[in-house]
Amino acid sequence: MTATELSPAQPRPPTAVALGLVTRRPRYGEKVIKGLLFLCATLSIATTVAIVLSLVGPTVEFFGEVGIGEFLTGTTWAPLFADPAFGVLPLVTATFVITGIALCLAVPTGLLIATYLQQYARPQARKLLKPTLELLAGIPSVVYGFFALTFVTPILQDLWFVGDPPGIFNAASAGLVMGVMIVPTIASLSEDAMAAVPKALSEGAYALGSNRMTVSTRVVMPAALSGIVAAIVLGVSRAVGETMIVLIAAGGTPNLSFNPAEAMQTMTAFIASAGIGDQPTGSTGYKTIFAVGSTLFLLTLAMNLISIRLVRRYRQVYS
Amino acid sequence: MTTPVSLRRRASVGSRLAQGGFRTAMLVSLFLAIGTLVALLAQVTVNGWPRLNSQLFTAFPSSRPERAGAQSAIFGTIWVMGVVAFTCIPVGVSAAIYLEEYADRSRWYNRVIELNIQNLAAVPAIVYGILGLAFLVRGIPKLGPTVLAAGLTLSLLVLPVVIIASREAIRAVPSSLREGSLSLGATQWQTVSRQVVPAALPGIATGTILAMSRAIGEAAPLLLLGALTFVTFNPDGLDSPFTVMPVQIFNWISRPQDEFRVLAAAAIVVLLGLLLAMNAAAIWLRNHYRREW
Repeated sequence: MTATELSPAQPRPPTAVALGLVTRRPRYGEKVIKGLLFLCATLSIATTVAIVLSLVGPTVEFFGEVGIGEFLTGTTWAPLFADPAFGVLPLVTATFVITGIALCLAVPTGLLIATYLQQYARPQARKLLKPTLELLAGIPSVVYGFFALTFVTPILQDLWFVGDPPGIFNAASAGLVMGVMIVPTIASLSEDAMAAVPKALSEGAYALGSNRMTVSTRVVMPAALSGIVAAIVLGVSRAVGETMIVLIAAGGTPNLSFNPAEAMQTMTAFIASAGIGDQPTGSTGYKTIFAVGSTLFLLTLAMNLISIRLVRRYRQVYS
Repeated sequence: MTTPVSLRRRASVGSRLAQGGFRTAMLVSLFLAIGTLVALLAQVTVNGWPRLNSQLFTAFPSSRPERAGAQSAIFGTIWVMGVVAFTCIPVGVSAAIYLEEYADRSRWYNRVIELNIQNLAAVPAIVYGILGLAFLVRGIPKLGPTVLAAGLTLSLLVLPVVIIASREAIRAVPSSLREGSLSLGATQWQTVSRQVVPAALPGIATGTILAMSRAIGEAAPLLLLGALTFVTFNPDGLDSPFTVMPVQIFNWISRPQDEFRVLAAAAIVVLLGLLLAMNAAAIWLRNHYRREW
């Protein structure tokens, strides 16, 4: 391990073995231990392979019965009806409407909190605020779902001012609560990105007479932009994959609509409710779980890879 | 990082307004986040108060709300968490040791493992449910909807969290400690097991507790495994059917009667109390054993 860290120009110091100080004897126990540890590390690869394998088989079978064109462009999702329709669009639009609402709340809030913690807050305040935000991140999503259904929805029903007031199940309440759920993710990752910006940049700006707001918004934020975007992308992928909030608060009817006051079913909510229904293995209902699951997996995988790449880029620039 | 006052030029009115507005926006954001937390805690406590009594712990789920309790869910959670702890902690810590202490980063397969773990950490929980359904419940092991299937599924779900947290803790151990041990003739495994891991233990424990607290609150993957059934007995083994707290809460939320909502709120208070205790333990561990190297 240390050998690779030495630069090639440097001659390697003679080892203890070369000097005849110790005799090298094979240590099989060490090798076995290393092998076992390696095995544990490869379990993560096995997990990924298992996820892909479990999704691919039934998905391929599903597309043997339903055309990809119908799946991707159809506007009606009714897979378990006597006269089934397999257009995934209503599930996808519902996912994006709710994610969009969540982002409208979480991005500004998360960034402002990150700026406050990074640039404005006193050390004592920071020490208190950070664990509190971590607490917000640790609340189970089923609890957020309960909160959305029994606290936020009634408030929305009272305060709604355009069009018909939302029903018991609606996208707005699920989206807003999901927004609060991803605020800590966006805030803490953006804060890390802002902390990685060299002090020299902000001190230079202060020396030129900028005030703290200018430094925060025109110097630190642009310099941390790729990290902030990575944080937001990770937030989006968490929102897209979130299940319990939408299952509880957004309702269970597939609905191709952009009206946040209406009930709609997201991809995750469909998977969960089809799973609750205990579909027999091999039935069409069983296969739809996997087809929608594959769509969801590919979507979040793409976003995660973008996020990881962006985080790497800003790390390379400043550290 | 404050500018010396004497050097500061008086800002224009517009600029001062903008700065005031910015500051207000930041405080409003903070208030929104923390206010929601307070509102949530207050709401579940007030709603659940009438049912926060011993019946919640002693009675089993029932179709009549006045008789229902969460004992089978509480025991189910304990059983499932036991499986998660026994499988996830040893594997996760071993993987972290390999990646930090043994892996040669110039090898492509080690980089693939790393990227893969980062990626797995962000795979939606429900996809793990699909994995559990296809492989563990109905696949070759054919475990059925049991404690073991649920524990293994959740274990895979939080494994990346354990690995990432343990790696950070191991990385924080200074290399002088390793070099000292190696120079005294210890083998690599002796160094790792007697110096590095004990030194990193508080960090590993903190990360592991946080991972466990994530697994405790998870409901979505278990719904796919078929956990949403009427279970009126405590689990008595790994192959026993089960229900857990979050699933029981979801079950009660989705009932039409208001009495079940009250019960759900009471169960949420118990769940949140447990999570708060775990979080507090993690924070205490982090602060108490933090060492500056």
